[in-house]
Amino acid sequence: MTTELCCHVGIGPTVEGIALVADDNFSARYDLDRFKGVFSRPQHKLYGQSYQDMILVLNTAKGGVATAWMLYEMTSRQIAPKAILFNQANTILAQGAALANLAMVDRFADGDVTQLITTGDHLRVIPAKGQVFITG
Amino acid sequence: MKLRDDEKAMLFGEAGPAVKWAIEHQLQVGRMFDAEDMVQVSQAHMMADPESLGEAGVNFTEKLAADGAKVCIPMITDPRGVDLSCYAPIGQNEGMANLERRFVAACQEIGIMMTNTCINYQTIMPPVFGDHVAYGDTGVVIYSNSVCGARSNFEGGPSALAAGLTGRTPRYGLHLDVHRQASRRYHVTKTPQDLMEWGVLGATIGRMAGSYWEVPVIEGIEAAPTSDQLKHFGAAMASYGSTPLFHIVGITPECRVLADVGGDILNVTEIDDNATATLKQPFNAKGEAVDVVVFAAPQLSLVEMGQLASLCGGRQRSETTDVIVCTSSQVYSDATAMGYISAIEAFGGRVLVGTCFYQQYAREIGEANGWVRLLSNSAKIVNILGGYGYQPALASMEACIASAEKGEIVQ
Repeated sequence: MTTELCCHVGIGPTVEGIALVADDNFSARYDLDRFKGVFSRPQHKLYGQSYQDMILVLNTAKGGVATAWMLYEMTSRQIAPKAILFNQANTILAQGAALANLAMVDRFADGDVTQLITTGDHLRVIPAKGQVFITG
Repeated sequence: MKLRDDEKAMLFGEAGPAVKWAIEHQLQVGRMFDAEDMVQVSQAHMMADPESLGEAGVNFTEKLAADGAKVCIPMITDPRGVDLSCYAPIGQNEGMANLERRFVAACQEIGIMMTNTCINYQTIMPPVFGDHVAYGDTGVVIYSNSVCGARSNFEGGPSALAAGLTGRTPRYGLHLDVHRQASRRYHVTKTPQDLMEWGVLGATIGRMAGSYWEVPVIEGIEAAPTSDQLKHFGAAMASYGSTPLFHIVGITPECRVLADVGGDILNVTEIDDNATATLKQPFNAKGEAVDVVVFAAPQLSLVEMGQLASLCGGRQRSETTDVIVCTSSQVYSDATAMGYISAIEAFGGRVLVGTCFYQQYAREIGEANGWVRLLSNSAKIVNILGGYGYQPALASMEACIASAEKGEIVQ
């Protein structure tokens, strides 16, 4: 059974992948070991987990501006998530997604996206239409 | 988005490929945040350290330069990642330095002024009330919005660069009155005293507010803080909450009284000693050996350099504890003339120019020097560095110097 979630129109291409979900926030500088491709901040709820080729589902952004360049750098080495879904993105994440051509959407009509999606769900993300499908 | 004729010309490539990239980038971002048009900006400020850029970011910027990119408004830079006059001694290698050299050369080709500072509002040209700007560095943005009354979103490096090339930015977020109204109201029961305490209060409010789109208004601050106090307050708030704007009743320019920002209709949350102690608790490490004491994030003002030099006088750091101080080149020259640099160096401190500790390959220099336990008076930097493999601790400037002298954390 496929479930459709509606969100604000986002940035980047249509992608499919597996969800990695946490009710936590995100900064590439604060939270990641970008060379190992894992969450490295001990306090993060995804600590130790690989984000490579996953669709991250998180609450919002935190911290600084470095993430804008870092998303581009991460995608250039192909050690990056396939997409990031937020309850609310901030400007930096959107700017980084635009440069990196990384799929990103936010503002879900049906509520808290970190509760609507479960780790391991198979997702299809269509930023241009503001749609996310849980396909399995 | 509605575009003017000159903006349409940019989009059609009439101003060259670099400007075409820039406005296309801005339109993507503007659409995501429902911008209706563009707004002209007077300045841009770009964060772009080589660790964040990597090879890809440097290649990208070099390509723009090769395409003939030239900024059309004054554009300055955030701290660099490598102090090219002092990188080997802190464990940085030639690869890092070469990446830095390439990026600086590309920026200069584009016409960017390499000011390398996150305290441009104290040293270069502060924005004025109502001034639309495109600033990077969260500390710069929150101070400029809140204390100066300027108007900027967080502009990451690519977007600040785009603004420098087009002279405008999408009109969304904090360029609009509606997003500058308060959405959270806090009453502070005790006015902080030193810089560390101001940072902890800012961090506490930032963590409570918790979103770029929340605007805190704060009551209970008894007298006008100093620029350095508000610098630490804002930088920490932005770090913990991704918060780009705050108001302090009777102090910041958009909030003479609570009703000016709609704060009078909001429920109030008390910020007492327990709230700030809870935030600080994970950073208490009294009695533990300290590997490195860092004064940075934000770069130190001339006044802070003087305070630090005074504390260092007649003392010597422990052989087991390094001391790193980051300031801007603008401050460094005055601090040299005042004798502050020699006093800090006589203590055993190393003053880095035009960099900031967390932006200069913090993981690699930590590993190269065996730095794990790090002490600072910056609430911002201790928040950042946990993910880089450090065990950060927080103390006042006085306690940081006393700890560096003893080799263990005294407070």
